[in-house]
Amino acid sequence: MSVECHEHLDCLSDYIDGELDPTLCAEIEHHMAACGDCRIVVDTLRKTVSLYRNYGHEEVPEDAKERLYAVLKLAYRADDQEAST
Amino acid sequence: MEQKPGAPYPTEADLIRALQARDQSAYAELVERYSPTIYNLALRMMNDREEAEEVLQETFLSAFRAVQRFEGRSQLSTWLYRIAYNAALMRLRKRQLPTTSMDEPAQNEEGDIMPRQLVDWTGRPDEMLLASELRRVLDDAVASLPETLRSVFTLRDIEGLSTAETAEVLGLTETNVKVRLHRARLALRERLSSYFAAVDAVRGAQAGRAYVG
Repeated sequence: MSVECHEHLDCLSDYIDGELDPTLCAEIEHHMAACGDCRIVVDTLRKTVSLYRNYGHEEVPEDAKERLYAVLKLAYRADDQEAST
Repeated sequence: MEQKPGAPYPTEADLIRALQARDQSAYAELVERYSPTIYNLALRMMNDREEAEEVLQETFLSAFRAVQRFEGRSQLSTWLYRIAYNAALMRLRKRQLPTTSMDEPAQNEEGDIMPRQLVDWTGRPDEMLLASELRRVLDDAVASLPETLRSVFTLRDIEGLSTAETAEVLGLTETNVKVRLHRARLALRERLSSYFAAVDAVRGAQAGRAYVG
């Protein structure tokens, strides 16, 4: 990768998030048109983010949620007893 | 506790009032709304399901005890995620494992940022791997990040919080959130590239042997 590639590197997240200043955006796109390495970095960076958005989140296991409700129920009972004494 | 998801709390202020009145269905609503992000933040920070569950319980118990004093200066979600983040952080500090440094290793910062893997694997992962295998690869890659990057990446890219809310939860500036998010993404891209390049090479070699044989 060249010095010019490194200059653009810090802006790539803003670029793929659509938050980059239009002038800098145009500069990156102009550079990418001629630089295969940077195109790969941008495409794989975008793919990395999309993989985590699609597959990164885990549901709370049902048994963990049941235990959470049980713990909260105990806290309620303790609170009620305290209030009534 | 009886669960009544979808109970009528048209505004956050209504929900807060119901929580402060110890309305049980309001707590069920709180769990249904916010436990997914709390669990995912805890899971990524602790890299351990049991500890993630403990952080989840601690968070809601702390909220239960403290909600009377909640004045609504921040959003309910931000307040809860901050409680969860602090609970996870306390646990990490108690662990004191050399691999879970609280600070980003300065000498690696620049090294992590420079892309070394320049292989285009964008068309492959979803087709190449079973969903469970892909999840394991993604999990291992996040687990390899320092804590300071894991928490930012989880809240922004996995849970979809805004830069502003992530900054408030973690007590960072928005600029700092952006810098850390970018570092996290570059480091993950590097690891996934190494992985998929290796898988591709093995498959290529297998295909070659099959052709020769």
